[in-house]
Amino acid sequence: MNHPSISTELSSLLLSSPSIDQIGALERIARIQSRSIKGAAKLQGLRMALSMIDLTTLEGKDTTGKVRQMCYKAQHLHDQADGLPTVAAVCVYPSFVAEAKKALGTSGIKVASVSTAFPSGQASFEIKRLDTQFAIDNGADEIDMVISRGRFLSGDYQFVYDEIAAIKAICGPVRLKVIFETGELDTLDQVRRVSDLAIGAGADFIKTSTGKIQPAATFPVVLTMLGAIKDHFDKTGQMVGMKPAGGISSSKLALQHLLMVKEVLGEAWLTNEYYRFGASSLANDLLMQYQKQLTGRYQSATYFSID
Amino acid sequence: MEILKTYKLYIGGQFPRTESGRSYLVSSLAGEPLANACLASRKDIRNAVQVARKAHGAWAAKTALNRSQIIYRIAEMLEARKGQFIDELSEAGFGMEEANAEILSCIDRCVYYAGWADKFQALISSVNPVASSHFNFSTPEPMGVVGVLACQNTPLIGFISQILPIIIGGNTVVVLANSKMPLSAISFCEVLATSDVPGGVVNVLTGSIDELLPTLASHMDVNALSLATVSNMPKVFEAQELAIENLKRTQLLVHDFKNQDAQGMEFITDFQEIKTTWHPIEQIAGGAGAY
Amino acid sequence: MSTANWDLDPSMESTAIVQLQPKYDLFIGGCWQKPKSGKYFATYNPADESVLSEIAYGNQDDVNLAVEAARKAYNEVWSKMSGAERGKYLFRIARIMQEKSRELAVLETLDGGKPIRESRDIDIPLACNHFFYYAGWADKLAEAFPGQKPTALGVAGQITPWNFPLLMLAWKIAPALACGNTVVLKPAETTSLTALKFAEICEQAQLPAGVVNIVTGHGDTGAALVANQDLDKIAFTGSTAVGKLIHKACIGTSKKLTLELGGKSANIILEDAPIDQAVEGIINAIFFNQGHVCCAGSRLFVQESIASKVIEKLKFRLQSIYVGNPLDKNTDIGAVNSKKQLETIEKYIALGLEEGAEIFQPTCNLPSKGYYCKPTLFTDVAQSARIAQEEIFGPVLTIQTFRTLEEVVQKANNSPYGLAAGVWTVNGARIFGLSQQLKAGVVWANTYNKFDPTSPFGGYKESGFGREGGRHGLSAYLQFKN
Repeated sequence: MNHPSISTELSSLLLSSPSIDQIGALERIARIQSRSIKGAAKLQGLRMALSMIDLTTLEGKDTTGKVRQMCYKAQHLHDQADGLPTVAAVCVYPSFVAEAKKALGTSGIKVASVSTAFPSGQASFEIKRLDTQFAIDNGADEIDMVISRGRFLSGDYQFVYDEIAAIKAICGPVRLKVIFETGELDTLDQVRRVSDLAIGAGADFIKTSTGKIQPAATFPVVLTMLGAIKDHFDKTGQMVGMKPAGGISSSKLALQHLLMVKEVLGEAWLTNEYYRFGASSLANDLLMQYQKQLTGRYQSATYFSID
Repeated sequence: MEILKTYKLYIGGQFPRTESGRSYLVSSLAGEPLANACLASRKDIRNAVQVARKAHGAWAAKTALNRSQIIYRIAEMLEARKGQFIDELSEAGFGMEEANAEILSCIDRCVYYAGWADKFQALISSVNPVASSHFNFSTPEPMGVVGVLACQNTPLIGFISQILPIIIGGNTVVVLANSKMPLSAISFCEVLATSDVPGGVVNVLTGSIDELLPTLASHMDVNALSLATVSNMPKVFEAQELAIENLKRTQLLVHDFKNQDAQGMEFITDFQEIKTTWHPIEQIAGGAGAY
Repeated sequence: MSTANWDLDPSMESTAIVQLQPKYDLFIGGCWQKPKSGKYFATYNPADESVLSEIAYGNQDDVNLAVEAARKAYNEVWSKMSGAERGKYLFRIARIMQEKSRELAVLETLDGGKPIRESRDIDIPLACNHFFYYAGWADKLAEAFPGQKPTALGVAGQITPWNFPLLMLAWKIAPALACGNTVVLKPAETTSLTALKFAEICEQAQLPAGVVNIVTGHGDTGAALVANQDLDKIAFTGSTAVGKLIHKACIGTSKKLTLELGGKSANIILEDAPIDQAVEGIINAIFFNQGHVCCAGSRLFVQESIASKVIEKLKFRLQSIYVGNPLDKNTDIGAVNSKKQLETIEKYIALGLEEGAEIFQPTCNLPSKGYYCKPTLFTDVAQSARIAQEEIFGPVLTIQTFRTLEEVVQKANNSPYGLAAGVWTVNGARIFGLSQQLKAGVVWANTYNKFDPTSPFGGYKESGFGREGGRHGLSAYLQFKN
């Protein structure tokens, strides 16, 4: 297969991508997972995790009603408890951006919209451009685009790079998250390569998954992406954000992910400016654990709203 | 008038005289003078260890198959020249039958060890099923330079039985030959020199064990010792003690090398280190990929 | 939302599970016997310098009694028992150790100072697995050495170090017993408690009296053991200097000897290494168990083209290494085993500065009581510096750069030791090439400090001889009649 030649800029990016030893990565993760997060640190971690959630609904059966209810939950996670943060953003299809924007009002909660023919990305660039423009025109604060995995796997890195750069150009100040759908990629080497490529093309955030494919945000994949963010920061001083999405449904996993961020990137990333969880069911588990920490009682899902 | 043979040392594939310029008279079993042998010095040991060290890398790097063929070549050359060795032994006072038996045993032993060259590894290596995602295997490697105190009871079979298993495994040797009966060993070096054994793999010194053994045993660049038991055991203990300084692996050999059972794989593996290597095994599709 | 510090709360392992007696006698012939000297010595918790218990100080008479008991057990019971039955005892011991794993882990941490994370996740499971592994060999020795008619040696004297007390005990006792020997074991004086717990486990397992004897004491107790005339085997793990003394004492005797001694192992990072995993590997190589590891990757060789990057990453990584109370589940580096060892390490750190190397230590608060040492990097180290040549046995890493493979092989092998080496590169052919060239008994490629009962361990050169672990580990405790 013949591909357009790779630009000097991209080829130097690809050349700098190190290999990832999967077993070594798993050992690093096991070490982080063996840490014990207790007491005040646990409460702080749970609150932090809540504040980093992109509360998400991305279904064919989504309606304005569903979106409105989710937006209310985003602002009122559990009114029975004091001092809780709101989530960072809601994440919806472009057709619900306007509705979400309206529902969230002046809460400060961002509206993120998936785009570029989410989730497969199998459409012409013209459609992806219009898709993105539509979301932005409707008020999206953030765009979660998908990359063309087929092109990436066939080695057409320039295509993927150019596409990201073009969408970023459309976004302007709107924050761009680039979804790799790592469950469709193969090795961690590829995860690292696509991370470097996306960061080089202008991604503000890199994101693991659409939530439609398993496995999604696994620890090795997230660790690998964090490594790319760290190396980019060491080289340029620029902070790129990270968004694991899909598969992180328990507090324990979320806290372990945050600890991984702390150890791999540093505490500067422990804010929703640079870290997000793409999740729908995580919020309630965090809330239940939070209540458990406060009351000492194990909690029941019955007492936490399911929007 | 018969031309008499000069017996010299064998170092680095050459036959130099001892740097000391000394010699000693070698007599037959009946006490008749046979020849002058070199009375090697500490400096000869130094030189021999130096060339043995230099030769080690390339010898160890040869394929096992290649080493096998080289040792087999020794058997061929010995077979072709066995008359000479039998004559030499009978002049030294051995009966024809005994001399004949010794040389035939020597040839057999060459063939035996030639066959081992590319087989012992498979028998002492292992793939170890560690409880993590790693491929882990243990394989033998030569120790390096081995100092040999040759059997002092036999002219040749002990010498050959000691050095072949050591060199077949990729080591090089510096040998102190039978002090009283050194001539066959030096003649055997002529076989080595014409058998594709690279210079420096086998180095042979003749002379006084009392004088040379402590130097060899204490040499910091010798990795192991093969000590045939001698009547003077305190000398062997002294050598063992000197060998501790750099933790030479030391083997005491008490065998009667004329016996058929004075051979075996353990004579090879006694001069092998075991190296264990680990490497991660990537998990593909969670290990559920096949079938 | 602005960033905040997110510091982990202490997460202390409870010590309630550990049942310690105020005083421990010697375990000889299945009974607890008072030392002939009448003397006891204190064993301390190096994390806070508190006294944990008093331990009997065995002398030559005690050692002789223990060897007699072991000989009697060998002659009358153990040598007559079938391999299968011996195996069952070992399996039983392995199971009881598993059942008591938490107590053993906490005790190992209390007595030795190692982080509970390591004693819980590494030392104790490996020790249990070692017994489980060798248990299965007991009735398969003939198959392990076909045609060689393996038989037991008799009575083994075994001396273990303080860095992995129970694990090293397992490495010694499990294969010895599986092969049909009986043993007298002398644990290190600063870390005898888990060996004494092990004696209790032997009692619970109803192991025949005298098969395992534990004689505690100091160096002279070990020397007395080596000097005993009725031993068939000495197995020692410890310093090269002591190993040589033991070796000397064995000359002219029929004692078979294995030595597992010191090291100054090279960890080699090539420019195409999986760099983040390599950095983690460097951390594991040198800071595992406070660096009290004979095979610690204490000499780091980094290819010059990536050296500054690797060092920068290492320094960053050190910020998330927690040094402190070993009972805290989040502690990565616990207490140095003894005051004496801390002094040795500090002496070497001072020497490194004297030798002109550049030091890096992360900022961290060390506990005010107890023996602690910050993880330490020395850059700009020359091959000829003593800190790059001598075993420090602490959390101190020397970093050297290299340009070519030939150069790094020469430098790595330029050491009297030859225990282990690490190689980091994604080039498979290069791994095998380098591995072949490195004079070391264990080569970890793209990993480091991995141990397994099935995997032979032991060194080249002055790191000792003989192998422990795997099928190869059996031959240290057998004789062959072929």
